[in-house]
Amino acid sequence: MQLDSLYQEVILDHYKRPQHKGLAATYDAQVHHVNPSCGDEITLNVALDGDKVAAITWDGVGCSISQASVSILSDLLLGKSISEADLILNNFTELMQSKGTMVGDDAILEDAVAMAGVSKFPARIKCALLGWMAYKDAVVQAQAKL
Amino acid sequence: MAFDPRVVRQDFPIFKRTIREGKRLVYLDSGATSQKPNSVIEAESNFYRMHNAAVHRGAHQLAEEATDAYEGARETVAKFLGGSVDEIIFTKGATESLNLLAYAFSNGGSDNRFNLTSTDRIVVTEMEHHANLIPWQQLAKRSGAELTWFEVTPDGRLDLSKLTEIITPNTKVVALTHQSNVLGTVNPLAAIVARAHEVGAVVVLDACQSAPHMPVNVKELDVDFLTFSGHKAVGPTGIGVLWGRAELLKDLPPFLFGGSMIENVTMTDATWAPSPRRHEAGVPNMAQAVGLGAALDYLMQIGMDDIYQHEQVLGSYLLKRLQEIPDLKLVGPLEMVERGAVASFTFGDIHPHDLGQYLDSQGIAVRTGHHCAWPLTRKLGVQATTRASLYLYNDEQDVDALIEGILGAQKYFGDR
Repeated sequence: MQLDSLYQEVILDHYKRPQHKGLAATYDAQVHHVNPSCGDEITLNVALDGDKVAAITWDGVGCSISQASVSILSDLLLGKSISEADLILNNFTELMQSKGTMVGDDAILEDAVAMAGVSKFPARIKCALLGWMAYKDAVVQAQAKL
Repeated sequence: MAFDPRVVRQDFPIFKRTIREGKRLVYLDSGATSQKPNSVIEAESNFYRMHNAAVHRGAHQLAEEATDAYEGARETVAKFLGGSVDEIIFTKGATESLNLLAYAFSNGGSDNRFNLTSTDRIVVTEMEHHANLIPWQQLAKRSGAELTWFEVTPDGRLDLSKLTEIITPNTKVVALTHQSNVLGTVNPLAAIVARAHEVGAVVVLDACQSAPHMPVNVKELDVDFLTFSGHKAVGPTGIGVLWGRAELLKDLPPFLFGGSMIENVTMTDATWAPSPRRHEAGVPNMAQAVGLGAALDYLMQIGMDDIYQHEQVLGSYLLKRLQEIPDLKLVGPLEMVERGAVASFTFGDIHPHDLGQYLDSQGIAVRTGHHCAWPLTRKLGVQATTRASLYLYNDEQDVDALIEGILGAQKYFGDR
């Protein structure tokens, strides 16, 4: 069933056991993003150490896709340099916009390749990108403070 | 029940197609938009094929035929609502109708009866769709008037215990929905209308979720303005209706300016045509108006009483079957009393978006999210719900498919 390409094991695992969920008390930037069409919400904290992503913590409510995606992101981008993280983010965004034509590079995206199936469901792409857009916003704000 | 929904379905060509690898279409999203019968599709395309011309202009046969068809549709709407022809304004939908009113109210200058100031009050309810909240909220900001509202009780009814404290003598407008698009609740209008009229306020009724599903008569309801969208009433998109009492429309300032709505124009000034034309600037959505006429003819031929009865029976069945599922929580009234055939619910740990996605894989179309009524879903303490809404083409088989789909989703997500 096509549905299985959307609900990969990895996604449901992250949904049930989210990583880095729970906001850290200290951070360089905090953002709150919502998906106005469905009401999903994510608050995300970023702390930087020089050009390194030192901490990503988040809290949120939403569907399995939005919550798993931010969980995967928080694991994947942690400890990366900002430019490495940008590369991954761009790669992921491209995958989401591929309408099912790309499988994703697991050397770059690791667990996030499980999201490839989402690109076949136009209504869910925003769910998958919610946390990533929040991260992007937070890093810009954190860098502005440095 | 005087009609068979399976026979009705044969009038709607969309039910001949299949969904997601050959599944039967189980369409439970009529609260968002309804499907269209052949007679509506044909009336709309036939207008383009045979009669297309700009109405109310042009000295030729096509313009005459187009005007007849367009004005004929207005007569049908008047009959459908129990109003008079001059009280029917075509808009592009209920959202435009409500914006038209809210903007017109602030377009008339200080001596206009609709003009609001900081000493006036606008009353809405907590269960309004965004379309009947934001235009009034923003009018309040523009005019300085105070916005206040009736709250919703935990069982999904309007709390009318403070009726006279909320509709105060300085209240000018009471805008509310006839039936909630989320809860299904049908609001008790009589008491609200009586109090509003006692203090000289006008009552604006959003009938989007009621007019397609039950007999609605503006005289019996005794409201002052009423709106509904064509596309929720088996009609085309891009067409809606604003009905207003003749004596109010006569003083209602225009909102959109342009062709058709004028009486006389100079380079520095203009005067307005009488209603309804004053409120229909530009070349209107003619084919869609004609399609709406065909839609309302279709509904009236089946009979609004029978449609209402059908939905009451089927809605009871839906509520009963949903409540048999452990972990499923309905929001809104639990019994089929003063409510329509729409059910919003949450289900265990499965997010509505995921439930909706699973149901879709089974050919079942539902709505998920906050249903454009964010303040209401916040009040109810739910982030989002899944909504099934029924119409004349649904039957028990559709409800059974939904129940089976919900249990299937539990297995699909729960076992993994």
